[in-house]
Amino acid sequence: MKQNLLPAFRLTLVLLVVCCLIYPALVWAGAQLAPAGGQGETISHKGRVVGYDNVGQNFTRPEYFQGRPSAVDYNAAGSAGSNKGPSNPDYLATVQARLDTFLVQNPGVTKAQVPAELLTASGSGLDPHLSPAAAAVQVARVAKARNLDAAKVQALVTEHTQHSAFGPDRVNVLRLNMALDALQNR
Amino acid sequence: MNNELLSIGGIYLITLVLALPLGAYLARVFRGEKNLLDFMRPVENGIYRLSGIDARREMTWQQHMVALLTINLVWFLLAMLVLCTQGSLPLNPDGNPSMSPDLAFNTAISFLVNCNLQHYSGESGLSYLSQIVVITFLQFVSAATGIAAAVVVFNALQTRTTEKLGNFYDYFVKSLTRLLLPGSLLIALILAFNGTPMTLQGKQELISLQGDSVAVSRGPVAAMVAIKELGTNGGGFYGANSAHPLENPNFITNAVENIALVIIPIAMVFALGFYLKRRKLAYMIFGVMTVGFVALLAPTVYYEMHGNPAIAKLGVDQALGAMEGKEIRLGAAASAYWSITNTIISCGSVNSMHDSFMPISGMSQMLGMMTNAFYGGCGVGLLNFFAYLIIAVFIAGLMVGRTPELLGKKIEAREMKIAVIVTLLHPLLILAGTALTAHLYAGNPTEYSGWLANPGYHGFSEMLYEFTSASANNGSGFEGLGDNTPWWNISTGVVLLLARFLPIVGPVAIAGLLARKKYVPESAGTLPADTATFGVMVLAVIVIIAALAFFPALALGPLAEHFSLY
Repeated sequence: MKQNLLPAFRLTLVLLVVCCLIYPALVWAGAQLAPAGGQGETISHKGRVVGYDNVGQNFTRPEYFQGRPSAVDYNAAGSAGSNKGPSNPDYLATVQARLDTFLVQNPGVTKAQVPAELLTASGSGLDPHLSPAAAAVQVARVAKARNLDAAKVQALVTEHTQHSAFGPDRVNVLRLNMALDALQNR
Repeated sequence: MNNELLSIGGIYLITLVLALPLGAYLARVFRGEKNLLDFMRPVENGIYRLSGIDARREMTWQQHMVALLTINLVWFLLAMLVLCTQGSLPLNPDGNPSMSPDLAFNTAISFLVNCNLQHYSGESGLSYLSQIVVITFLQFVSAATGIAAAVVVFNALQTRTTEKLGNFYDYFVKSLTRLLLPGSLLIALILAFNGTPMTLQGKQELISLQGDSVAVSRGPVAAMVAIKELGTNGGGFYGANSAHPLENPNFITNAVENIALVIIPIAMVFALGFYLKRRKLAYMIFGVMTVGFVALLAPTVYYEMHGNPAIAKLGVDQALGAMEGKEIRLGAAASAYWSITNTIISCGSVNSMHDSFMPISGMSQMLGMMTNAFYGGCGVGLLNFFAYLIIAVFIAGLMVGRTPELLGKKIEAREMKIAVIVTLLHPLLILAGTALTAHLYAGNPTEYSGWLANPGYHGFSEMLYEFTSASANNGSGFEGLGDNTPWWNISTGVVLLLARFLPIVGPVAIAGLLARKKYVPESAGTLPADTATFGVMVLAVIVIIAALAFFPALALGPLAEHFSLY
């Protein structure tokens, strides 16, 4: 062991330089060439940063499309899922309560039209997306709150639907809501 | 929905297509033959010179293990030192505090053994210095340690009689310079170009569109996420790991990360075949592992895509499947696929929250860790499989009345004893740990009420999962568990240590003992190890030892929950 201790110590120092200095520096340098320069892609509105393309935000007002429930209330200084098990009675009561609230806020919508992703918390608590169905079911409410034609709002949702050959189709909630604001200001 | 199934099939196919040449390449690297990255030799020689290491000195298996354990001890002390003082060290823009000693112990051990139990949350629990010098560093070196140990076994299984099994530092450093560093650089750049942050700036404060003030956590994420996957460590930068939209921004990064985390374990199996020039043996091992993998994958994908029956009863639309704890951009199928790949290979990174999976899916994840040899972790998966292989050879030999032999070397009582201790240690640590904890909890449910996030059967599953994850050196969790307490930090820390180093030392010892023995050329009396028949035998041994040992515990947790739901 003694004859290994000094080499082990020296090798550790050398590898600290390689793995913790040179390697991250190379990645950092490469990231400077990336579109966002290694800062994460941000979205600006009227000259100020209003959010990250990839980080969901809390929307509570009726005139905005609302994202999925979040276990961290969209506080992006942290991240977590609810970690509720599928058979937990308290959890199922929470889901039922979310459904009831949604039906009250969106009159005319039936239970069968509500997609489960609007009632279940995401893994990160920062999911920036909705499924097209979860956006569509909110169109009537948003249109009414903004005195807009529902067809026009639905067209906006369709326009903002990103189709994926691999995963599910999705709508970026922040971008959709910004487009809504822009539509009204025009 | 069908495109989701097709894309997970595609991810698996791409993994195989890349793993086969990677295996051939690794065999060349470790045989010391000409290969693609020979231009790294001056770097390696520089590292040896600066460290005062003679990389040509051949070592016995004992010398290998002493070198391995010594350097691991140095890393442990380094990690403890940094974690306990990070609050007053530089590179801490968010002002995160130093860790308590029991949490630092658990964290240091966890990453030392290539695991990521993470009883903290990255955004608030670690400074950037710790993320780089402790976490990223250990993710590199612990993976390289596992690979180096596996290469010692490769070397020992050659057809010759020897004590000399190559040089530990040589295998270890080459794992870094020829595989982990270049691979991670490539993956990190792909991530950075897809929007993963790589910066030393702290949280960004901003006002959201609706007018709330929020802070967005950033950091040197891309560099760490690359090695966390490639080195099968799994420790995420953010608390939510690869479910976090900055750590895993889209389906492409998801595929890249998912391929990265499983490619080395598969490539190492092929590397064994190329190294020993026994490709049929490698295909047999790969076949057994793949059968096990698919058997766990299929039910998980099925149950996740069909949603939660308790939510279906509310009368809502569950077209996307069980979405609690999952992200829209990834979907149920890719989340299920990821959860099984990362549990069979002891990676522990997650892109969805396992606690919220359907009971049978949770059980499949646990079974992946309980067997711990279907592909398995970086290097160590193959070592675990090797122990099963020894037992299978012995039992099969007894069944047909032949001397048990593996690759021309006799398997005798000593090797068998070691193999049995190694394979039985795993169920012992898991079941004894869970039993002890369940006993504590049952004795005083009010005092320990913070432990469990879910009542009933699922609560038991949370405890069982944590010990399984610790003993498999996996690191994922049913994260509802309130695990940052002295009991959990210390008990799982001890389990982690035992379950890492005994299953490395044991198989290396067996291989070292075999290497010393006389080579008996294969004859008509030899039981061939590279046939499908023998593959079935190995699979039977794995199922009997690993799965049946755990069946009673699984019946109390996930199985009971399943039957209460469906």
